[in-house]
Amino acid sequence: MIELIRQPWPWYVAGPLIGLMVPLLLVFGNKAFGVSSSLRHICAACLPMHIPFFHYQWKKEAWNLFFVGGIVGGGAIAGLFLMNGHPVIVSPKLVTELKRYGVTNYDSLVPVQLFAWHQLLTLKGLLLMVAGGFLVGFGTRYAGGCTSGHSIMGLSNLQLPSLIATLCFMAGGFIMANLILPYILML
Amino acid sequence: MKETDTLNPGVITEINTDFEVRSLDTMCLNESTLQHPRWYNAKYLFAGILFGIILVKSEVISWFRIQEMFRLESFHMYGVIGSAVVTGMISILIIKRFKIKTIHGEPIKLYPKKYNIGQVYGGLLFGFGWALTGACPGPLFALVGTGALIILVPLFSAIAGTWVYGVIRERLPH
Repeated sequence: MIELIRQPWPWYVAGPLIGLMVPLLLVFGNKAFGVSSSLRHICAACLPMHIPFFHYQWKKEAWNLFFVGGIVGGGAIAGLFLMNGHPVIVSPKLVTELKRYGVTNYDSLVPVQLFAWHQLLTLKGLLLMVAGGFLVGFGTRYAGGCTSGHSIMGLSNLQLPSLIATLCFMAGGFIMANLILPYILML
Repeated sequence: MKETDTLNPGVITEINTDFEVRSLDTMCLNESTLQHPRWYNAKYLFAGILFGIILVKSEVISWFRIQEMFRLESFHMYGVIGSAVVTGMISILIIKRFKIKTIHGEPIKLYPKKYNIGQVYGGLLFGFGWALTGACPGPLFALVGTGALIILVPLFSAIAGTWVYGVIRERLPH
């Protein structure tokens, strides 16, 4: 059993489990599944300054901070006890492509040759880690939600705005991954 | 709207009933009138732990998996997101049909989202970031948990991005 858990979970196991987070949070206390609001609550708690967008009773939304705290904890539990130590298996096409950019290490979920402290001050590292993270935080708030809030919660509730947001997430990802990222990886 | 707290007369609690503003602000729409001790939030910690484990074990937090998805080289991510949505839809259908209540006995409420052009502009920018970092907000937290401390950089950057959005939001088309 534990051996089975330690293997990567197939989509038909993981997907429905993620979907069940929606009713779980609703039944726990009428909470709409979502992660990115936590970033706003962190801003409101730590550096609200005089910005109206960060002046609200973030403590009332504290459940979301507990939720993301749990995600960190769940990541730690899975990382410490539930991994089998095998490299990530990806499509051979991707392996061939990434080899051209010198990315050959699949030991970790994160490509250690790209995401590393010594890469941080290179142009490539800045674009991947700093600019990438910034766009995630800025874009998700501008769109009013992330993959959880729009693509899972919103689509589950048949919301057209969430479908539009999800299609734009995908369009942005396709453009970046296929048209721009190759040039960044060549840096 | 101002309402007098029935339990504590004299205490005015402000309830924002402008749901459009609240959903734009991504505040929780369901303001419970029940008062719970702070430790009741532990149930959300538990839910988060489950979610974190699923995110890691399904490899959806892997940069490699995200690249595969955006190159249409694997079905994995589509399968995960698709089956998650179907499960969520069926769950909400059941909740509505049988008028299921929360564990504290309150009726479950769901609110519609309102369209604005931010979903297009913000969505595209988010997509760019997703393909670069290989992670959206949930996975950023989960990756830090797995010990990939370098991911603290994109996570702090994402917080900074949210903060800058807050600063310039009035000047952006919505």
